[in-house]
This record gives sequence, C-alpha cells and structure tokens, in this order.
Amino acid sequence: MAAGLLDRFRTGLWRENPGLVQLLGLCPLLAVTGSFVNGLGLGLATLAVMMASNALVSATRRWLQPEIRVPIYVLIIASLVTCIELIFKAWFPDLDRALGIFIPLIVTNCAIVARAEVFASRNTVASSIVDGLVMGSGFALLLMVIGAFRELIGQGSLFSRMDMLFGGEPVRGLVLVENGWLLLVLPPGAFFSLALAIAAKNAIDRRRKDARTPLPRRARTLNR
Amino acid sequence: MAERSIWSSGVTLAVIAAICASLVALTWQLTADRIEANEKEWLARSLQPALAGLFFDSPVTESMITIPAPHDLPGTEDAIIYRVYSGEDPVAALFVVSTRDGYAGPIRFLVGVAMDGTVTGVRVLQHRETPGMGDRIETHKSDWVLQFDGHSLRDPEPRYWAIKGDGGQFDQLTGASVTPRAIIRAIRMTLAYFDINRDAIFAAPAEVQE
Repeated sequence: MAAGLLDRFRTGLWRENPGLVQLLGLCPLLAVTGSFVNGLGLGLATLAVMMASNALVSATRRWLQPEIRVPIYVLIIASLVTCIELIFKAWFPDLDRALGIFIPLIVTNCAIVARAEVFASRNTVASSIVDGLVMGSGFALLLMVIGAFRELIGQGSLFSRMDMLFGGEPVRGLVLVENGWLLLVLPPGAFFSLALAIAAKNAIDRRRKDARTPLPRRARTLNR
Repeated sequence: MAERSIWSSGVTLAVIAAICASLVALTWQLTADRIEANEKEWLARSLQPALAGLFFDSPVTESMITIPAPHDLPGTEDAIIYRVYSGEDPVAALFVVSTRDGYAGPIRFLVGVAMDGTVTGVRVLQHRETPGMGDRIETHKSDWVLQFDGHSLRDPEPRYWAIKGDGGQFDQLTGASVTPRAIIRAIRMTLAYFDINRDAIFAAPAEVQE
C-alpha cells in the first residue's frame, strides 16, 4: 500500500506531471508565477479544488450518464472554486488581492477537468482523492519551482511577501541582490522558465534511460 | 427509452446543481462576516499610513465625501475624500485619487493633506506598473513615495514639483520616469485643489456608509 502510494506520487510529481508532461493548466501557470508566494498560493488552491472535485465526481459517478457528464464536471468545479475564493477572501485577503482574477479562473484549468474525466469518473472515492492529491501536488510543485526561479533571477530575492499566506508584517524575504534580470518577471520570462523546466525534465529522463541501457550494447556502439 | 433518459438526465443535473448551490450558499454563510470585516480592516489599515505623525481621534472611514466627476482632482472617476478630526477640529483631508498618466493602467493612491496644505503621506493602493521598475512606488519595495512628506505648494513652488530630470526637486526612479511624473503631477493637482476648496471640503455633510 505504502509502496503503491509512493509510486502514485512519483507519477503525479514526475512521470505524468500535469504541467510538465501533460502541458495542462498553462494559463495560470504562466500568469501567476512571478514570485514564490504567488505560485504556492495558487498551487495550494488548485490542489484543494482538484482533490475536492475528484472526490465529488467520483462519489456521483454512478449517476453520470455520458451525455451530461461534462455539465456536471463544470457545475462541481465551478461551485468548488467559488467556495475556495470565498475562503481565500475570508482568511487570506492579501493573497486574494495578489492573485486577483486567477482564483476564479481555476475553473478553466483543464488539468482539473482532465482528472475528473480520466480518473475520478472511473475509480473509487478514496483512490480519486489520492489522484487529486498527487496530480495537484505535481502542479503546485511546478508552480512553486517556476515561481522561485523567476523571483530569484528576476528580482534577486526569494520568499518575499510570505506574510500574505502566513500573516504578520510584510516581509521582503531573502534579498540576495537588489535588482534582478527584469525579463524573468515579465510575461516572456514565464515562457522561458517553463521551457527550461520541461527541457530539464526531458534531459534528466534521457540520462536515466541511457544509464539503464544494458552495457554490452553501449560498448558495441562505442567500439564502432 | 430516449425520452426517459432525457428526464433522468434532467433530474440528475437538477439534483447535482441543487447540491452545488447549497455548498456555495453554506460557504458564503460561514465566510460573509469575516470577508466584510476584512474589507473594513483593509481600508482602515491602508488609510492609516498616509496620516503619519498626526493626532486624530475620529475613525477615518466614517467621514467620507464623494466628489463626483468631472472635478479638478486627478483622475476621471469620482474622487473620495476622508476628513480627519481631532475632537471637533479638522486635522487633515485624505484624498483617494487616481491617475491614468502611468505606464500601464490607472494608479490609485492616497494623498493625506494637513490643514496647512502640507503632505502627510502618499501611499499607492493599486497599480499595474512594470515589476522591478515602476513598482518601486510601493513602500515595501522602496522609500520613494516618502520624499513628499512635509512638502506643500509653497515648499517647493509648483514649478519645482517635478522630477530632477525635468528641473524639479524630487528624486526619480532608476529606469522609470513615466510613473514618477504621473504621481508628482497628481499630488500637485491634489494640493492645489485642497488650497482652493479647503473650507468646502470640511463644510460638506458626511455620507452615510452602509
């Protein structure tokens, strides 16, 4: 059971990462990752919506006739996002102001509909919640990595404004240099960062595959 | 058969829609009070810093008046003024103004003006200026907006209310000149408005806030 769970995490975080491999939900991914805290905030919100929507879709799956399944996904996801938005406004008002329109726009994150259709509508509630957890974590982790990268290079700081999530006085985070390479914070920087992340993942995968290739064949190639 | 399936689909949809709606309604019930309190607290919290160094005992948010557009203040929308009192005596006026002369979209900000026409504080509420350049008008990014404190239209004279690059007295922001120009111009207009309309501002009856 524990080994199975670990394997599913590996799938969500790496092998089938919604952002890196399935290339889903790119609009919020590119738009809000200007800083680590924004990435973390939207990542957590998306994770929560994904788990809850997977649970609800799975719980109602026996009534899901094929013709009405998409409207039902939309209904469920839209309601959950509205709830999350209200919760953000109530408990994380600063972060809500920073993320602005991107909280309501979680509705349009295709990664969530994709998991509802591909997984939750055919599996048990418990298994679907785990799926929402691993896929949501994969998406959130990517948002955090890209957010941290863009903040670090673009502004020369890391973890600034973490108070938006955890309360307290505004903090500037770790300031390494006063000014960064502005381009990374601007929209083109989002595309560059995502491209670098995808390239890095592919490079690591290829290296691992090479390492696993049996030695004799590699030796033969080298001798030729 | 097909007809039955349409009916059962409709009923399923209706039931799920009802469940979803109740979920949203319940969350709204649980959060409404907190959200309202947050909005009020945020307003009070964002008004406070523009009145630094002043003694006042009236809740700032309860003495609002609206100046309908068009007016001589910066911005094309209705302007909001909060009057600040110590007991019965007026102490300062807090202007919520906006300018469209910035680099990207309107900049909304606060200008606090003491009775003698000096600036008590400038704080930016909302803007979409370039990150890393124009956004240093925010106080947690740089001290740029603090340089106006204590100045009035007599110190310096109106023609020196400009950035140094334009022959004025105030610092610019490295790499950004559009944003500072817009803000300085808006402050100057606000101060001029205050000088002319001071008595009218404090004579107007307060609006009841819901």
